[in-house]
Amino acid sequence: MLEKRLLALKQFRQQKLPLWGADLSGIDFDDITYYWRSNEKASNDWSDVPGYIKKTFDRLGIPEAERKFLAGVGAQYESEMVYHHMREEWTKLGVVFCDMSSAPRLYPDLVRQYYGTIIPGDDNKFAALNTAAWSGGSFIYVPKGVQVALPLQAYFRINAPSIGQFERTLIIVDEGASVHYIEGCTAPMYSKKSLHAAVVELIALKNAKIRYTTIQNWSNNVINLVTKRAVAEEGALVEWVDGNLGSKITMKYPAVILKGKHSKADVLSIAFAGKGQHQDTGAKVIHLAPFTASAIRSKSISKDGGRASYRGLVYVAPQADHCKIKVSCDALLLDEVSRTDTYPEMKIHNDQSTVEHEASVSKISEEQLFYLQSRGLKPQDAERMIVAGFLEVFAKELPLEYAIELNRLIALEMEGAIA
Amino acid sequence: MIIKNLAVRIQDKVILSGLDLEIPAGKTVALMGPNGSGKSTLANVLMGHPAYHVEKGTIQWKRKNIVALEPWQRARMGFFLSFQYPYEIPGVNFYEFLLASFKSIHGQERTGIEAFDKRLSKALKDLKLPVRFLSRDLNSGFSGGEKKKAEILQLKILQPSLAILDETDSGLDIDALRLIAKNIREMKSPKIGFLIITHYQRLLNYIKPDIVHVMINGKIVKTGGPALVKKLEKEGYSWLSVFPAKAGNQKEKK
Repeated sequence: MLEKRLLALKQFRQQKLPLWGADLSGIDFDDITYYWRSNEKASNDWSDVPGYIKKTFDRLGIPEAERKFLAGVGAQYESEMVYHHMREEWTKLGVVFCDMSSAPRLYPDLVRQYYGTIIPGDDNKFAALNTAAWSGGSFIYVPKGVQVALPLQAYFRINAPSIGQFERTLIIVDEGASVHYIEGCTAPMYSKKSLHAAVVELIALKNAKIRYTTIQNWSNNVINLVTKRAVAEEGALVEWVDGNLGSKITMKYPAVILKGKHSKADVLSIAFAGKGQHQDTGAKVIHLAPFTASAIRSKSISKDGGRASYRGLVYVAPQADHCKIKVSCDALLLDEVSRTDTYPEMKIHNDQSTVEHEASVSKISEEQLFYLQSRGLKPQDAERMIVAGFLEVFAKELPLEYAIELNRLIALEMEGAIA
Repeated sequence: MIIKNLAVRIQDKVILSGLDLEIPAGKTVALMGPNGSGKSTLANVLMGHPAYHVEKGTIQWKRKNIVALEPWQRARMGFFLSFQYPYEIPGVNFYEFLLASFKSIHGQERTGIEAFDKRLSKALKDLKLPVRFLSRDLNSGFSGGEKKKAEILQLKILQPSLAILDETDSGLDIDALRLIAKNIREMKSPKIGFLIITHYQRLLNYIKPDIVHVMINGKIVKTGGPALVKKLEKEGYSWLSVFPAKAGNQKEKK
């Protein structure tokens, strides 16, 4: 691991900032704290978690959610896991859900076999930085044939100024097994900039299913640069459900490599760009095998001069016969000063594939607002209702309490408040 | 509600001028007239549509001029507009919309919400709509007839003091027309005034108006009782002496 970190550090120094996407020239890499230990040690009993940390999580509704139905919760406070717990039944079946920092020690074979195989250290500058400096994150292994019926959840939180958060997540789902992992991200407001550069690798073996849900709500000075990539073997299904609120800049393009035949990818994402924010998000799907299918649905909202860009890539290899691809991007502009762009790249090297692409840009019409107002709703409530309707396809994929939380966050964004 | 000397324009075009009209509580007023006479404009102006500019005149409701009020304020005072073309709002659940609307007008109290649920299940039956209708998106993918039924459903739930029905009969087959007319008729009470806007006699065969006005080029040109409806149906609008030559070919098509 140390060798990999040192090699990656060298690669990070050699690599240049990307010339496309959002403007990253404002990052000062020498002004970032790369590791910060909360004073608390990892714990797996809720009663051992210190009060002030609990209070933060209380506000996020975690303990309540946990009591109700969580299969497991990992919470990351600064760079280390402070709370970790999982229902016994899953542990008995051999499901592993632990802090990524402990994984090389506890599960050396799995880590050695899969770590860095999907996203190598030199993949891009920020993946290199993560590979050199990572701490924390989640490690999940689901053994053959085990269906983890309830979602596993982790919360990440940055709460010291100028702290970099470089968590690393690795999920391996063995043949015929399935899991749903949910992460929520949030950071309170600080005057100094924070950098978040995470790496997430998913491995879906034959006929496995992985759904990875993120609701990210960083404060508006966080620069959020995440590399997320999955590989799907024969018959496997990978679903990214990705919600991007907050942050100053986000660049994130969850990817799926469809390596085995009949594998499938489904990427559903939303982005909300408010004042001073640039959400440069999208999806990538690489079809390497025949009979593979992918669906990309992207929805964005821009407000108060914010900018939302969809940037996507669909690649179909020459040998990948009979692929089905469907891409749809819908943008909603809430005013005249906001901006949306679409950069959908398609590299189709196989003529037996079906490709559909739809894109739309819309505004809230005066007539829709009038209709709702004529039923007693104030303009801001009417607008919020229309926006929630626009995001409905996303919200309905979330567990109930996340959908409620999302609605609350959207409502705050619409008021111009900083959530 | 009393309208006095109302003048309205949209952008630079004058649509209504010198309009006087009264809708007394408990009465049903029919407003007829050919296409483009300004009937739907009046409906929108009464509800406060932002595209129309009121240049002159007053709209009095309970002795207050409400011209400057926002649509939602008018709704909370008891105004309701059944739209000729209800707008589709994808992703917005019809039930949640209806509940939000009800709460905004009638308040959040528990007793009110119970009344809401009771009213709703009765209204669905009365309009022969299945319960699953509520789980659909607001007007999105509704047929023409379903949209009109959804409007009347809202009317029944929200129970306004002034109901403006803009071309509610258009796009309805005869069974749906009868059913909707029956539902409107049953709502008549001393507490609610109706303004029924229509080209045709057919809705007024089922809902007898107390007063009938004919509007042409933004003005009321004739006022009468139910007998006027019959005459218009037989003879169209061209016999009205004030009918200007330029609009003379705008006879009713049926």
